[in-house]
Amino acid sequence: MIYRLALVTLALAAVLGDQAGAEYRFPMPEFESGYERPQMEAPPPKLTSPVVDVALLAGLMALTAFAVLKLRSRNWVLTLMVVSLFYFGFYRKGCVCPVGATQNVFNILIGDGAPVPLLISIFFLLPLIFALYFGRVFCAAVCPLGAIQEACAVQPVQIPRTAENVLGMFAYAYLGLAMLGLYTGTGFLICRYDPFVGFFRLGGSFNMLMAGGVLLVIGIFIARPYCRFLCPYGVLLRWASIFSRRHASVTPAECIQCRLCETSCPYNAINLPTPAVQSEPRRAGARRLGWMLAAMPLVIAAAGLAGVLAHPLLSRLHPVILLAERIAAEQRGDFGDLTIESEAFHASQQSPAELYAQADAVRRRFRAASAAFGVFLGLAFWGRMVRLSVIRKSPDYEIDRGACLSCGRCFAYCPVEKPNDVAA
Amino acid sequence: MDSRDKIDRREFIRAAAVLAAGGGAWMAARPDAEGMVWQIDPAKCIQCGRCATNCVLNPSAVKCVHTYEICGYCDLCSGYLQPGAKARDTGAENELCPVGALKRKFIEEPFYEYTVDEERCFGCAKCVKGCGQFGNGSLHLQIKRDLCVNCNECSIARNCPSDAIRRVPARRGYLFKQWVSGEESEG
Repeated sequence: MIYRLALVTLALAAVLGDQAGAEYRFPMPEFESGYERPQMEAPPPKLTSPVVDVALLAGLMALTAFAVLKLRSRNWVLTLMVVSLFYFGFYRKGCVCPVGATQNVFNILIGDGAPVPLLISIFFLLPLIFALYFGRVFCAAVCPLGAIQEACAVQPVQIPRTAENVLGMFAYAYLGLAMLGLYTGTGFLICRYDPFVGFFRLGGSFNMLMAGGVLLVIGIFIARPYCRFLCPYGVLLRWASIFSRRHASVTPAECIQCRLCETSCPYNAINLPTPAVQSEPRRAGARRLGWMLAAMPLVIAAAGLAGVLAHPLLSRLHPVILLAERIAAEQRGDFGDLTIESEAFHASQQSPAELYAQADAVRRRFRAASAAFGVFLGLAFWGRMVRLSVIRKSPDYEIDRGACLSCGRCFAYCPVEKPNDVAA
Repeated sequence: MDSRDKIDRREFIRAAAVLAAGGGAWMAARPDAEGMVWQIDPAKCIQCGRCATNCVLNPSAVKCVHTYEICGYCDLCSGYLQPGAKARDTGAENELCPVGALKRKFIEEPFYEYTVDEERCFGCAKCVKGCGQFGNGSLHLQIKRDLCVNCNECSIARNCPSDAIRRVPARRGYLFKQWVSGEESEG
């Protein structure tokens, strides 16, 4: 009986192609054998306590600050790094991390304003506050992304400072792109293109593992390429660290200009002493700075314009734009078959006109955001040019507080003893 | 300006920055924002099969779940058997599930119970499609919370063509299909 019923319904369903909601095709059976329907399993999420996460983050950063500033011990930094690599990396599988939390926090300001759990905002803030007081101790040993790269940096070489400065601009571009992604509702780009999370999860897409693998292999020689040239959160930490109250220093006491530390830093974060005789007269430098100040509005305008010109390209990051382009092309008859997306679109209630209107709204957002992105990049570029053109007087080997990752490599290179009588 | 003033000013800037950032974050953060989890809306799902391949986990955190209240317990189950299957038995050539994750058990004439072996299921949605096309639609996909790592941006949601995946508060139950109306509701 039920077979025939099934067949009839099958035929009916095929004819009508119906989407019957409340009506069921087959009656629910009433069992005579005393059979009871099983309960559906609804397992709760496996959550680790946020208190443990925050306590470990703060504790590890405090210990790192102590190891860097008081103990001056690279071995301690490495030990803490291993702890963090295993907890925040392999145990927590790379999430939660302050690099990604940046997006959640900025999402309140410029994105869709989704409420942020306290844990996330604490994760975003704590490393910045620590950087304001002790330098980038988060980068040194607590960040799992930094830790996995530091573990691979076995044969670091110094790259030319020019290359360092140029490549460092990509981090600003990445930060800008991440903000653009938030403003336009494209998504959380930093998480999407996180290269190392695949290793922490012990599995990932081919592209993700490939990107991570390439970065780690490069990182054998050019230490921590992601941290220096890409990390968007690193940009914020850099700004905070410049104002740090205490910061790691190459020498525990007075610099004796022995030059031994010159090659110690793989991150080019040790500023060489400026020569006693200035390479150019004061007036030439002042004139150059004047020109640069005058050029600022020009640079910003050009960069903003470039951003506006690039917005059609950038807007293709957004799925709505891609779908609208696809539907438009299909309606012109460019494609014979449908993609899953366009099939889903045709099945939905939306009309193409509505989709195009939606795409236009997204494009308008992209135009404004791309202009702002361009201006931000232009300002960053201009700021760096100004910084590089101003000659600072410093007679000693000093740490560049913005760039220094507090890794502690240089400590062992300094022959100067810590003074015993007065605590440093 | 002597160095003393300079230090004081820096100290002030630092304290102000910490206070502003901390206060801002405190105001912005909401305790009730804790515990949002990703869930599939069964009413929107079109069984495209991307849940199997786009999750950051392998195998996917999406599994087939079975709302027994809706199930017709049919012998000729279009979620269990391939279209045009030669026999209604457990032969691999007849089964629709590519990994044999859907199990069937005889209950009483003519009813069979179907259960999902979660260890094997990888969320390909073949059975869901079959069940929805010709059956009651009691099989459907859902993100298992014990498996989901709760990414900031669900990688399946981003690739979902019908926008069926959204965040729901963890306090709210699973978005299971319910017997009452056939629409999704709290489970």
